[in-house]
Amino acid sequence: MQLVEKAKNIVINVKQDKQFANDRSKAFNMAKQFLLLLFRWVIIIGMCYIILSPLIGIISSSFFSDTDVYDKSVYIIPKDPTLDRYRLSWLRLDYLTVLLKSLWYDLSLLILQVVITSMVGYGFARFQFPFKKVLFGCVVVMIVIPTHTIMVPLYMVFRNFDPLGIVTAINGEPISLLGSTWPMYIMTLLGCGLRSGLYIYIFNQFFRGLPKEIEEAALVDGAGPWFTYFRIMLVNAIPSVITVSIFSLVWQYNDLFFANLFVINTKESISKSITTLSGTIGNLDRIVDPTILQLYTYAGVVLVILPVIIIYVALQKYFMEGVERSGIVG
Amino acid sequence: MTKKYKLTLLQKRAVVGLLFISPWLLGFLTFYVKSIFMAVKWSFNSIELLDTGGVKFTYVGLDNYIYMLTEHGSFTQTLVNSVFDIGIDIPLIIFFSLLMAILLNQKFKGRTLVRAIFFIPVILNADAIMETINTARQLMVDGVSTVAVDTASSAVNINVDYYFAMFENIGMPPSILDYVVSAVGRINDIITRSGVQIVVFIAALQAVPASMYEVSKIEGATAYETFWKVTFPMVTPLIITNIVYTVVDSFINSDVVNAAYEMAFTNQKWGYSSAMSLISSVIVCAILVIVCGLISRKTFYYN
Repeated sequence: MQLVEKAKNIVINVKQDKQFANDRSKAFNMAKQFLLLLFRWVIIIGMCYIILSPLIGIISSSFFSDTDVYDKSVYIIPKDPTLDRYRLSWLRLDYLTVLLKSLWYDLSLLILQVVITSMVGYGFARFQFPFKKVLFGCVVVMIVIPTHTIMVPLYMVFRNFDPLGIVTAINGEPISLLGSTWPMYIMTLLGCGLRSGLYIYIFNQFFRGLPKEIEEAALVDGAGPWFTYFRIMLVNAIPSVITVSIFSLVWQYNDLFFANLFVINTKESISKSITTLSGTIGNLDRIVDPTILQLYTYAGVVLVILPVIIIYVALQKYFMEGVERSGIVG
Repeated sequence: MTKKYKLTLLQKRAVVGLLFISPWLLGFLTFYVKSIFMAVKWSFNSIELLDTGGVKFTYVGLDNYIYMLTEHGSFTQTLVNSVFDIGIDIPLIIFFSLLMAILLNQKFKGRTLVRAIFFIPVILNADAIMETINTARQLMVDGVSTVAVDTASSAVNINVDYYFAMFENIGMPPSILDYVVSAVGRINDIITRSGVQIVVFIAALQAVPASMYEVSKIEGATAYETFWKVTFPMVTPLIITNIVYTVVDSFINSDVVNAAYEMAFTNQKWGYSSAMSLISSVIVCAILVIVCGLISRKTFYYN
């Protein structure tokens, strides 16, 4: 008890001491700020670790040799690094050809997406026409309805593709577009591609935020609505265009749902071919050990995500600015 | 001589506007409206694929739905699980992404890098890659060799039950305990799925006018009060946006969708598959309406 009394006295003495009051409050403030800083960095580093750790794991284990896998003393840094996983995955994925093909596919879809959805977004933002609210409600419905609700009908539409009976008139019977990339192009061209609803929404919000004076000036100078849209509004919408471009490119690149639904060839879509990679390697190269097979998949995954990561890192700055300035917030 | 119709300027603008949205309108009618009608029609039919490539419809009424809800082995279970998962995830994801957005909105060194890292899961959300990443995550916890040689014997054995008993003895209700435990177990999931939400919240935070903070500072509000009286009300409209995104996103990746997909393309039972899709979609919409209805009452709109 005496000890407690003593401690209390010391505390009271220090508190009543006027001489060092200034220093003390400074010290308290510094300690407070330091604790806050520490807290923030602990959380941030922890979260970053959770996000990055599987990536680190994949990259490091894709260099493991057969002995490293079963060596208990090996963690993250391989003792006997090998590039063989990459060699074989590269070969079996047919990497460059498939990558170029799927980039071509994704980029052409991206351009269609941007042109079509921005056009629709502009139409909704700037023009008055009957049933506008109802129609915009339909855009929201498009975002909310899960695509799987309509997957079977979509499959049937493209299995017996016959718009207005034209194909039957020419060909005698409806053609099947499954197995090609046509369904995706047609859907994107008609503004119903992968998450088009979201993009329309983003563009709409952005165009609504732009000042009307720009268009009035264009009108006075004699520009028609289409010229105004292409040469003036689209140029002003660069932040949204970048946001939508990155979203579209990345999601299209990763898309498996539509690729599976429309039975798109594995040679056309690299994210689809990664799903079959371990099977292919297992069959062709007679690797039966699932653990070793897993390493080849890791190497394949690194190869597949590499282009996306490069694009993302290159455009990261514009992307963040774009998201902040474009209409996501509404 | 044909009579020439003259449109007023407003009518002209309306026509141009309709032209602007016409591609989407056409697509919406052919793909969405028609498909939804087809799905509804099919869900009332039993569908047989003929060898000639055609299909044969037999009207069966509500049989598909009754079968799915009462007889099918796993559908109701999967559905209930998915709905529960979403119910648990919504508050966690919203809370977590708001917290992270507030942290990342402050100025500090390396902010761009951290933001870039937080968005990586959105970039890598492909199914195939996700699966690989999940196995890899296990591998980072235990080390490659442990996973390879023996997954069962982990090096450190923490007796979780002991802690459970301890907390229950303190008097914590088991339901809260379960929620916390499942939340901790889902932390990976939560973090990887809140990328877009974090970005949306960051954008919202930046839209809060600086003058408001200035005023609250002059009036002598503490940081805590400022958060609840200024920051939070200003972000609430975005909470609904984020909830919609979260629900739709988690349903697309849920087991129900996979089950419907398998039913359609592996078993060729399109009637059942349509019924499954419709039931789950109706439930998603119901969840959205209920949650948004509840929240929009409390939402503060600045304008």
